[in-house]
Amino acid sequence: MRFDLPNGSSVQALKDVSLDLKAGELLSVLGPSGCGKTTLLNIVAGFLAPTEGQIILNGHTVTGPAAERGMVFQQGALFEWMSVRENVGFGPSMKGMPKAEKAGIVDHLLDVVGLQDFKEKAVYELSGGMQQRVALARCLANEPDVILMDEPLGALDALTREKMQGLVLKLWKETGKTIILITHSVEEALLLGERLIVMAPRPGRIHKEYRLPFAELGVGQDLREVKKHPQFAQTREEILGMIWDMEEEIMGGAGS
Amino acid sequence: MRVVSQLWSELLAVLAALIGAVPYIIGYVILILLCAFIWTFIKKLLTPKHDYGSLKTVTFGDESAVTSNTVASVVSVVLIFLMWGAFTGSKYLPSFMHMPGAFAGESSFIYTATADGQSDDATVSVLVFSSSEPVEAPEVDGGDGFAKNDSIALPVYRTELFRVDRNDEIGRADGALITAVDGQPIEPGGSVNVAFGEVAMTAKGTLNIKPSTGIQMEPIWLPAPEAVVSRLGEIATVGFRNSTLAEHLGFSLFRVIVGFILGALVGIPLGYAMGLSDWFRGWFDPIVEFMRPVPPLALIPLVIIWAGIGEVGKIILLFLAALWIMAIAARSGVSGVRISKVHAAYSLGASKWQIMRHVIIPNSLPEIFTGARVAMGVCWGTVVAAELVAAEKGAGMMIMVASKFQSTDIVLMGIILIGIIGFSIDMLMRLAEKWLVPWKGKG
Repeated sequence: MRFDLPNGSSVQALKDVSLDLKAGELLSVLGPSGCGKTTLLNIVAGFLAPTEGQIILNGHTVTGPAAERGMVFQQGALFEWMSVRENVGFGPSMKGMPKAEKAGIVDHLLDVVGLQDFKEKAVYELSGGMQQRVALARCLANEPDVILMDEPLGALDALTREKMQGLVLKLWKETGKTIILITHSVEEALLLGERLIVMAPRPGRIHKEYRLPFAELGVGQDLREVKKHPQFAQTREEILGMIWDMEEEIMGGAGS
Repeated sequence: MRVVSQLWSELLAVLAALIGAVPYIIGYVILILLCAFIWTFIKKLLTPKHDYGSLKTVTFGDESAVTSNTVASVVSVVLIFLMWGAFTGSKYLPSFMHMPGAFAGESSFIYTATADGQSDDATVSVLVFSSSEPVEAPEVDGGDGFAKNDSIALPVYRTELFRVDRNDEIGRADGALITAVDGQPIEPGGSVNVAFGEVAMTAKGTLNIKPSTGIQMEPIWLPAPEAVVSRLGEIATVGFRNSTLAEHLGFSLFRVIVGFILGALVGIPLGYAMGLSDWFRGWFDPIVEFMRPVPPLALIPLVIIWAGIGEVGKIILLFLAALWIMAIAARSGVSGVRISKVHAAYSLGASKWQIMRHVIIPNSLPEIFTGARVAMGVCWGTVVAAELVAAEKGAGMMIMVASKFQSTDIVLMGIILIGIIGFSIDMLMRLAEKWLVPWKGKG
């Protein structure tokens, strides 16, 4: 993936990124800022066309956004002119699904994400955490094959964030969806990622890949217990060190 | 250089007027502070409230602690009407609240004429009448001596040169001189205060009778509130220039609404096209950006040349006034949509048309409403101005024609009604906004 700049030079945002994801896998992507995480996700979502290479899903090449790849954004992607119910029912409405069927799906999903009492509210009346629950439900209502999450919990406070991590795990296990999750938080990547890739910048590339047991452990469990796992702290330190070194390299050692 | 000196003298004239106004401004500020002081005193006697605002100790500099004081608003508006009434001698106010008015009624003064070493006194009866019909001067007896008594009648707010010696046995032509008024000596160029005002003497020795004008306003400058109210009733029922008040205002409103709707019907799609296509944006940007700063009033002459002074011309003008505002509002409404919303909609399987219908249009509505409020305000101002220039019916035409006949009460009434309608339009738009786009500013 290369962007040409107005001054004639170009930026190699991503280079030789090859990934093979099986159905039902949860991949978290971690890396210092500027390593091309969001670019990668935008290519997978179909918002950007890669200069080289291709994305293949279910045997066909991705050329643009489609309902098969749902996306959850950090914040501000809900439609504030619609109620919670209308937001969640947006995908089905666009497909022209009959009203009764749509209402059933929406009711079920809002129960799952714990918003049964807020169905008729306007989205701007909800707290940040609740809004992200709506965003998750809206994405699930459309029955995508892959869910792409761009720092979905990034704007939430620490406590809400932990609760939402549990919810994401629960939804992943219950629905069996393939999920790609981008995050800045090492803990979140460890807790949620069944697979975890650490990306390096300049050009953006895969630096290291992990397969982790914590997501399986964490399903239906207190996530704080998972964090006490001896391997958790060890892996976290390892990854933190890795990212620290990369940041150091970017800053030219100015940070030390 | 001539321009500079002209500008300089203009500036001096403005500054002089400003300096003349300074004492009044200071007086008004003192009045405001006095009312504030009285209110803080009254507030101490009331039970104190303990809401968020009143418990703040830092209020100076805290923008959120400064909310509009309703009492101050009420007092300021009431005071405007009180002053209006007091300075026009309104019947709505008890007479002790009136400012000293112009002298009206009967009075007199005594002048002393001197001729050949002897002096003689004579009385001048002065009748100042306030009716619009001229009043005959009262008949008086000539009296003793060579100076004979006189009488004069004149309307309020007027002065009159009066040759008191015209009936004297020895007049000024015969060498007599008027030396004193009410016992006080007077000479050419001087003046003497008398019971009803002032008597001055011209350089040639004629007396100038100047009844006191008081500090009330003459109705031609500022009519009393009741005059405006009675005019309102009269024009509402009888009409003005072959049209009733409702017709005048209705015509103005009709022009505004039709012009605005046409402007919105063209401007909003134009704005959407500019927001959604780079070709349309490039095409119309120079036109819109040039036309936007041109005040609609500057287009009046051209519109009159092209379309005449009838309804078509006015509606074209208002259409042009609304068009650019609505186009720019719609354009910024479209550009203001967060890309993540559009991305989310595409990922949820929406087509281009569905994104237009369910994301871009609702997202741009708050901006369009803001634009509509501005456009309605501009249109209302423009229609009044256009009617001032040329119209057969309309609020602007009404006050312009009335001013030519010095019917200040109609002018005042028109201005008040224009203000009320403009304010109501804005309030209605705000209500509609609250009702139709409750998500405004909450995205």
